[in-house]
Amino acid sequence: MPSRESDIATPRLVIDVAGLQSLIDSLRGDGYRVVGPTVRDGAIVLAEMSDVAELPRGWADDQRPGGYRLTRREDGAFFGHSVSAATWKHHLFPPEVVSWQARVDTEGIHVEAPAAPARYALLGLRACDLAAIAVQDRVLMQTAHPDRDYAARRERALLIAVNCAAPSGSCFCTSMGTGPRATAGHDLALTELVGDGEGPARSAQVPAGAERNDAGAGHRFLVEVGSERGAAAISALRASPPSASDLDAAAAVWSSAAARVDRSLDTAGLPGLLMRNLEHPRWDLVAERCLSCANCTLVCPTCFCVDLREAGGLDPRHAEQHRVWASCFSVDHSQLHGGSMRWSARARYRQWMTHKLATWHEQFGTSGCVGCGRCITWCPAGIDITEEAAAIRATDGLTGPPTRARG
Amino acid sequence: MAPVAYRVTSRTRETEDTVTIGIVPVTESIPTPAAGQFCMLYAPRVGEVPISVSGVEASQSRLLHTIRAVGAVTKALCALDVGDVVGVRGPYGTAWGVEAAAGGDLLLVAGGIGLAPLRPVVHEVLRRRRRFRRVTLLVGARSPDEMVFRGEIASWQASARMEVRTTVDYATAAWKGDVGVVTTLIERLTIDPEVTVAMVCGPEVMMRFAAAGVMAQGVAPQRVLASLERTMQCGIRRCGHCQLGGLFICSEGPVLPWSRVAPLLARREL
Ligand SMILES: Cc1cc2nc3c(=O)[nH]c(=O)nc-3n(C[C@H](O)[C@H](O)[C@H](O)COP(=O)(O)OP(=O)(O)OC[C@H]3O[C@@H](n4cnc5c(N)ncnc54)[C@H](O)[C@@H]3O)c2cc1C
Ligand code: SF4
Ligand code: SF4
Repeated sequence: MPSRESDIATPRLVIDVAGLQSLIDSLRGDGYRVVGPTVRDGAIVLAEMSDVAELPRGWADDQRPGGYRLTRREDGAFFGHSVSAATWKHHLFPPEVVSWQARVDTEGIHVEAPAAPARYALLGLRACDLAAIAVQDRVLMQTAHPDRDYAARRERALLIAVNCAAPSGSCFCTSMGTGPRATAGHDLALTELVGDGEGPARSAQVPAGAERNDAGAGHRFLVEVGSERGAAAISALRASPPSASDLDAAAAVWSSAAARVDRSLDTAGLPGLLMRNLEHPRWDLVAERCLSCANCTLVCPTCFCVDLREAGGLDPRHAEQHRVWASCFSVDHSQLHGGSMRWSARARYRQWMTHKLATWHEQFGTSGCVGCGRCITWCPAGIDITEEAAAIRATDGLTGPPTRARG
Repeated sequence: MAPVAYRVTSRTRETEDTVTIGIVPVTESIPTPAAGQFCMLYAPRVGEVPISVSGVEASQSRLLHTIRAVGAVTKALCALDVGDVVGVRGPYGTAWGVEAAAGGDLLLVAGGIGLAPLRPVVHEVLRRRRRFRRVTLLVGARSPDEMVFRGEIASWQASARMEVRTTVDYATAAWKGDVGVVTTLIERLTIDPEVTVAMVCGPEVMMRFAAAGVMAQGVAPQRVLASLERTMQCGIRRCGHCQLGGLFICSEGPVLPWSRVAPLLARREL
């Protein structure tokens, strides 16, 4: 738990629920499209919003390998859930965008100026989501050939994080060093304090002797400012400085959240471990379960593979290229000479996992996995990347045909 | 990233399914490619594919590309006529680095259309022939009809400025070269392994055998360069398709030392 003194430099203030609504209103007034979590068809999704009432108030989620279920919570928390299947990648690196369009005639290819992408205020990012955006920044922007559309969206976006109070059974951010508390990359970071005698704040252990000068404080948010843009966004809000008990309550949320993350991935020497075990029988076992459905790559906030597709349409002088999400789980991802380089499910799962956990380091100087747990929850076969890595670690160097006993 | 417009100024049929186009900028031009690099060629309204540069006339910003029609985009590129517009992005990828072989021997081994990315090396060597010692080119094709640049190969042979050996899997009555896979030609060469740089380009199996043959004669794997082919849609490390282990073949390749790729190619389906 970071001490209050250590990060005293971060400007902090407290707003109430009406203040959150004012924030949304003022962002919308400034031309932002505000996107946040909401409940739809039995799951939490991300959608454009204008009213705090649209947030998943009073909802929690039960997540585990291959499983997801919404449950009620009594305390009326707006953000008492964990990450959803939808990622913010949908807004910063959407499934399909026009990468360029042009008029083509006998005189040349006349590229048309790209339309400016939407300006999003993303509300409710978790620490792992911020880490994933930092990874995508490296892959898509900090490179010799930046992705214009991503860079434009990123430049315009305002990132409002919410510190996790209720990590799910799939989360393993603590072992990846990415959460559960937002420490970098946000413009604003909120910690929800549900109110005295309620929810996360109630379970918080208030240190003996801690001052409670605001007894009876209601549902409120500690707001930490991470950037000038963040500071500007809240400059007009009615806010008060945090009291000592606000800070204690927030600190308790942070530490209890961290303690609730019980899944982990041992990252020590992980790239080397995986790359020296490319013929490990564990790959055969996981291939027997993997359906190659690509769910894991669709929900992963860092996966970046795309196809570039011609989409010129009917006008014979119009040319248009679309950038469309692709997945290494499809056979034609590596199609060459009438055949796939990775025709077996074993090779495709191995490619995905070794890319995330091993070769990504070599390519981008960071892990490709931030420990959000989405691929674990949304895998219909319940395949768990942490379990797969642990199984290989437990039998480092094993080769030969798989035995039925797993692990 | 959008392509810039080039115009087709020449079109030469090499074989039944392969065409060489010469292209010049309409207005804007790309930086001059080095031998071994490739461009993303865009057939308007059809699509974009990586194609190696098979010749560069820097003085005129004229580029040559030799294309085998195997699918939608390559068919459209092969069907372009003189005067037509084609889109170009690049140049991308690593080059052969002909200069690094200066002062020593150069062995070029090409299979099929694999001669296209090696042709600019031959041009460069012939322009400054005295900088190199022995230069040998081995060319293999399935049949005489399928050999690209036949006229040029004959002129290289006639000039006697380098040793050129050709071989086909299936000969015709008129064929005067060898018969058999290109790798058998390597066994018959005398190679000075300390000073030789080998450059190989062709189907992956052919490159495996060629690299093995050259290394069997004592050439170090760092001195054997191969041009790898993987699916690629962007050419700039963004689409993710061309990965081989930690390598993006579009940028760390296509030209890579055998010492780097051998451990990766040894893994099936990597
Ligand atoms: C770095 C690099 C350099 C290249 N240089 C050249 C070059 O100089 N000249 C050239 O002709 N090609 C070259 N290629 C290969 C060329 O890019 C592909 O042939 C092309 O992308 C196929 O696209 P398409 O739309 O025509 O075919 P697609 O519609 O993509 O494929 C049609 C069918 O052809 C098969 N196919 C795809 N590629 C090949 C292939 N290379 N050979 C045989 N069958 C194939 C596919 O599996 C499919 O069945 C190069 C590739 C790379 C990666
Ligand atoms: S690999 Fe799985 S846990 Fe890691 S970032 Fe991607 S979806 Fe999240
Ligand atoms: S690991 Fe699971 S989610 Fe990923 S492709 Fe296989 S079955 Fe689908």
